[in-house]
Amino acid sequence: MTDNLIQKRIPVIPRSVEGQFRTLKHGILFFAYAVYFMLPWLRWERDNGPEQAVLFDIVGRKFYLFDLTVYPQDIFWLAGFLIIAAFLLFFVTGVAGRVFCGYFCFQTLWTDVYVMIEHLVQGERNARIKLLNSPNTAEKIIKLTLTKLLWLMVAFFTGLAFTAYWGDSLQLTKDFFTGNAPFPAYATTFFLMTTTFVMAGLAREQVCTYMCPYSRFQGVMFDQDTLIVAYDEARGERDNGRIKPAKGLLKQEERQNKKHGDCIDCGYCVQVCPVGIDIRNGMQYQCISCALCIDACDTIMDSIKYPRGLIRYSSEHELHGSKRRWYKPKNLGYAISITLVTGLLAWSIVSRTVTELTVNKIRQPLYVRLSDGSIQNRYELKIVNKSAHGQSYKLSMEKIRHAELDVGHFTKFTLKPGESVNLQAAVKHTKISDEDKQFKFNFVVESLNSTDIPTIKHTAVFSQP
Amino acid sequence: MSTEKKQQTVQTTGHAWDGDLQEFNNPLPNWWLWGFYATVVFAVIYWVLFPTFPIGKSYTKGVMNDITYKTADGKEHTTHWNTRSLLMKEMQEAREMQKPYVDKIVKASYSQIAKDKDQSAFAYSTAKVLFADNCAGCHQSGGAGVMGMYPNLADDAWLWGGSYAKIEETIRSGRKGSMPGFKASLSAAQIDNVAEYVLSFSGTKVNAAKAAKGKAIFEGSGGCFACHTKEGTGQIAMGAANLTDKVWTIANVNAAKTLAEKKAAVKAVVTNGVAGRDMPAWQGRLSDADIKMLTYYVHQLGGGK
Repeated sequence: MTDNLIQKRIPVIPRSVEGQFRTLKHGILFFAYAVYFMLPWLRWERDNGPEQAVLFDIVGRKFYLFDLTVYPQDIFWLAGFLIIAAFLLFFVTGVAGRVFCGYFCFQTLWTDVYVMIEHLVQGERNARIKLLNSPNTAEKIIKLTLTKLLWLMVAFFTGLAFTAYWGDSLQLTKDFFTGNAPFPAYATTFFLMTTTFVMAGLAREQVCTYMCPYSRFQGVMFDQDTLIVAYDEARGERDNGRIKPAKGLLKQEERQNKKHGDCIDCGYCVQVCPVGIDIRNGMQYQCISCALCIDACDTIMDSIKYPRGLIRYSSEHELHGSKRRWYKPKNLGYAISITLVTGLLAWSIVSRTVTELTVNKIRQPLYVRLSDGSIQNRYELKIVNKSAHGQSYKLSMEKIRHAELDVGHFTKFTLKPGESVNLQAAVKHTKISDEDKQFKFNFVVESLNSTDIPTIKHTAVFSQP
Repeated sequence: MSTEKKQQTVQTTGHAWDGDLQEFNNPLPNWWLWGFYATVVFAVIYWVLFPTFPIGKSYTKGVMNDITYKTADGKEHTTHWNTRSLLMKEMQEAREMQKPYVDKIVKASYSQIAKDKDQSAFAYSTAKVLFADNCAGCHQSGGAGVMGMYPNLADDAWLWGGSYAKIEETIRSGRKGSMPGFKASLSAAQIDNVAEYVLSFSGTKVNAAKAAKGKAIFEGSGGCFACHTKEGTGQIAMGAANLTDKVWTIANVNAAKTLAEKKAAVKAVVTNGVAGRDMPAWQGRLSDADIKMLTYYVHQLGGGK
């Protein structure tokens, strides 16, 4: 009934290939997996927190990244980081095309691993197609089930590794398998397991083609000089088109003489494509620039002793005979933006204060007249020790005369690393000046036991009738 | 991926009205259809598990959904699932989480609380909410009170005493403050003289001759001294205001610019008296721990003495 309305997905069963880009992609995959799966287990010496190199502690409201501790107040760094990531994506895409999609995107990486598992269990592409179309024999059921179980295992450990970033990885994993972990740990692991299995196992290239917004808007950053994976149509087709090798059509010169292209129509480039397109039809939005067809074509070209590069990284301009231009205002603009934001972020992180002081003036009432006629203002102060060591602090005021500060017993106080204190400060001003209804002064917090800790000042406003 | 689009004949339901009026048979997408079936299944499960259908004055309660919670007074309740009980359960959990801190506060003395930064912060932030819920209606959210109606708790003048013990006593038992009016016993001229004298306590420049007459009335026939003392310093035992400080709670002297205006404010109080300065008792309405934290908070507000 609905058969004709929606086109059924034609399963893409990619053939394996070897070559320089495949090797590079294996390297990137290995590195990415090593980082992703090992990082939560890396231990780190630290005075002010857990011994885990990378830990996103939601409950304690602190993110530990090696020697950097990120407090909730610093969360705008995340915005800076995301801006850098966005500009970097624009820049790289503008210059070199969909590099992120083809080499670094987790969808590509995990799909790669899932295809490898498929290959390992069911064999090469032909065997897989045959198996898929065969009737339900015991062999088929066993092989398909085994594939999916292995997928599920990878998906599970992917989920578990992700969860390990958000808690003490050792304890959490132990608790996880003994059934004592908190519910969010199970929910997160299960959720990521499910999405990994569905996206990398079942949905595959449909994620890039239909779901992913990045893959679609990257086209906007393309221009005539952007690096693309392209089929050299002039060389591959010539006047009389591609043709399979036959007698008299084996050597390159023979083909040139007969005005046939160098493409021997072996179809290897189509078979290795993870998104199921034919690169010889020109640039297509489905193409994730994974460059595997380049490896495939190069393999064939080598074997028949033709020069490489029938499919290669190229650009529209280059394909049509003009030169590639690197320098463009667009790319320059992206580069400047990246440098700028990176600089700002780095500066912000390097110059972060290790003592944080916030002052809230109590506005209701703005001021109070005391029995001796003096005026009192009250403030709520919060002081956070963001340094790695315990500190003793002294609180005082400056730029205010004829005034007394009352913070109860807390003129001097000690804070452990990461600890904060809320203080109620009453400032009593004995000599009311007629000129200023309001004036500014500073609260000053200085460390008593360390000269490395800079003194922090915060402006406050004093109000009087 | 791409296949040629074939020319399709449109499916119809097969009916025809008025000769040529036909209805297209456009089936729903499968994902939509199965999504719909899933909601049906969900609904049926929901009917069983949760309170759903009204039956007369009652309703189906659902199965396997009991909620057990304890109220603040320690009574245990078990009901079928409902959002109110969920809230009660959450409140119980919150109470249990706060308990270790509250227990510490209950055991500690006021000076211990004031010296400990964690206890003082806990007491302050908890009492801030309690104050907003129970006290701010009269005393305003910052404790500034309303001139002539409710005393300012943020200054350092205390009608009934500003020590921890006195503040706690005020909150527990409430207060009844009043001052008689003197329009029956004193003439307008006498009241005028008393007002001059009262203003002189806190350093206002007044007519010395009139003030001297006022002093005689204050310390003699008027009887003011009985409550406010001869020195005018008042008595916290009966909530009689200290007239010698710069804080005024009923006559808004500080807002007045001229002597005449100041005197008018004082005279109004002396003439008519003060009635209904009643604060309700909170013992029984608030727990001991709550009263203790509120006491600490109010003391902190005015930097109490």
